[in-house]
Amino acid sequence: MTAFILRRSLQSLIVLFVMSLLVFGGVNMVGDPVDMLISPEADQMEIDRVIRDLGLDRPVTEQYWYFLVNAFKGELGRSFIFGEPALKLIIQRMPATMELALFSLLLAVVFGIPLGVYAGLKPEGKLSRTIMAGSILGFSMPTFWVGILLIMFFSVNLGWFPSTGRGETATYFGMTSSIFTADGLSHLFLPAFNLALFKLSSVIRLARAGTREVILQDYIKFARAKGVQESRVIRVHLLKNIMIPIVTVIGLEFGSLIAFSTVTETVFAWPGMGKLIIDSIYNLDRPIIVAYLMIIVLIFVTLNLVVDILYSFLDPRVRIKGAK
Amino acid sequence: MSNVTDAKPQATAVPASGLKKFWADFSESRLALFALAVFSTILFIALFAPWISPTNPYDLGSVDIMNSRLPPGSEDFAGNVYWLGTDGAGRDMLSSIFYGLRVSLGVGAFSGIVAMAIGATIGLAAAYFGGRLETIIMRIVDIQLSFPSILMALIILAIFGKGVDKTIIALVLVQWAYYARTARASALVEKNKEYVEAAQCLALSDRRIILSHIMPNCLAPMIVVGTLQTAHAISLEATLSFLGLGLPITEPSLGLLIGNGFEYMYTGDFWISIFPGVALLITIVSINLVGDQLRDIFNPRLQK
Repeated sequence: MTAFILRRSLQSLIVLFVMSLLVFGGVNMVGDPVDMLISPEADQMEIDRVIRDLGLDRPVTEQYWYFLVNAFKGELGRSFIFGEPALKLIIQRMPATMELALFSLLLAVVFGIPLGVYAGLKPEGKLSRTIMAGSILGFSMPTFWVGILLIMFFSVNLGWFPSTGRGETATYFGMTSSIFTADGLSHLFLPAFNLALFKLSSVIRLARAGTREVILQDYIKFARAKGVQESRVIRVHLLKNIMIPIVTVIGLEFGSLIAFSTVTETVFAWPGMGKLIIDSIYNLDRPIIVAYLMIIVLIFVTLNLVVDILYSFLDPRVRIKGAK
Repeated sequence: MSNVTDAKPQATAVPASGLKKFWADFSESRLALFALAVFSTILFIALFAPWISPTNPYDLGSVDIMNSRLPPGSEDFAGNVYWLGTDGAGRDMLSSIFYGLRVSLGVGAFSGIVAMAIGATIGLAAAYFGGRLETIIMRIVDIQLSFPSILMALIILAIFGKGVDKTIIALVLVQWAYYARTARASALVEKNKEYVEAAQCLALSDRRIILSHIMPNCLAPMIVVGTLQTAHAISLEATLSFLGLGLPITEPSLGLLIGNGFEYMYTGDFWISIFPGVALLITIVSINLVGDQLRDIFNPRLQK
């Protein structure tokens, strides 16, 4: 077990190292790092000062070392636009993104499981076919275009939900979030639904496939024969057994929600870190780009590591294979 | 299964009757046939866009700013009808979509082919040579597949900037791992079969065994993955272009058209954004449906 965790941690470190090389290399080799890291409005004295501070007059290997050391200290440069440390700006925006991703996950589970179970229980029904056709569409429709459609119908035509921003936030238990105010919730719903759609489709498919498999098992037949109420059969005997693959996929794919939130946040002008990175790419605010990439890679590597370790707890086969 | 295949279980090449059987299997699903017809139409439009478009939307001489944002079906003073309306610069949406399909399909298919060539070579080599090489390659594949494709593409384009070449590079780098994994999985099965042993006894070069003996037998799953991946690549390119990170304004793909129309949404000019999106959706869904049917045909577990 320890060997497995060590191996995986080492692998994560290697990935981080390779990614830092890629980002550093990209910034330093593709363009002139002076242009990339110093605001175009800076005067010559400022330029000289920053060149010295960043060690740009030193050999590349030494520069890379400084980049790593500074990254460990959390110093990833200052934004050209905001004049504040890039890392601070990103961390400020992180709660909005997390809120959006978590709420989407909730939507996907709350709607996906009942719809999928229903489609699995009555695979030939009309409603089931509609649900499955919907899930195919959900897989195929590009997220950004669905977002545009949602804005068109629910914001422009019907005026039910606002289409931009995060709305009013409130702070409870040390958490500042839109979910605590009615205005915030109404702002959150459309983007969250947009982001959830893809995940919703996969939860529906998983729940349906699981239901069709489990419903044929002897313990379900036995429970029914025993006279257990159908609602209890579904709630206890069926749901418990289909949850394992669903929970796994949800855990594994939480990261992809954060990645796809860049798209949703741009469409709905949601002030999270995804919108920040896209804006920064437009504005050529390179310190933020570098900092964002390093942070998102760190988040992913950590998420994958945690999921791998959790997996090995749940499934001994992974552990044995991985330790070899 | 007919007696013919039972009599010759080693027959691996696809004879004429194989093609016929393939077609019979494929047309069993009406939906897949319909999807194939739709896709063929789209492909035809994309290939011949300059000849079948009502106007050339990028010929500045024929575009009149006076015609901007006309609703679908309207007519200008010269009597031209704009079936899908015009965009903010007065370009005919229908023609823009035809040209956009050309760019979207071109970038998607080209990146798919390059990714398949690179991925298949790496995957086949990994399976054939095995050992440390295989371990390292498959570890890289695993790690790459643990990152969502949009994130990988975002990283590449954020660092290197936008452009047709860079978008294609990003799409290839995002996709090759899928092909490598598929190629390796089927090559692992093939490499222990007798015909490979026979080829090895003839002292054929590794290159020749891999390319002309093993590869043809791994093609079926590659084609399935290729179809589905191409749909994915088209969707990803559209997303990146919509975000302003993918293709430049000089190569307007469907994603860029949708992005251009986005700002007009709030004033109610829905057609500028919606119609290119419908074209994109039809393209992706038809490719996916064809791919699903191919997968069912090639899946040995579903074979009758």
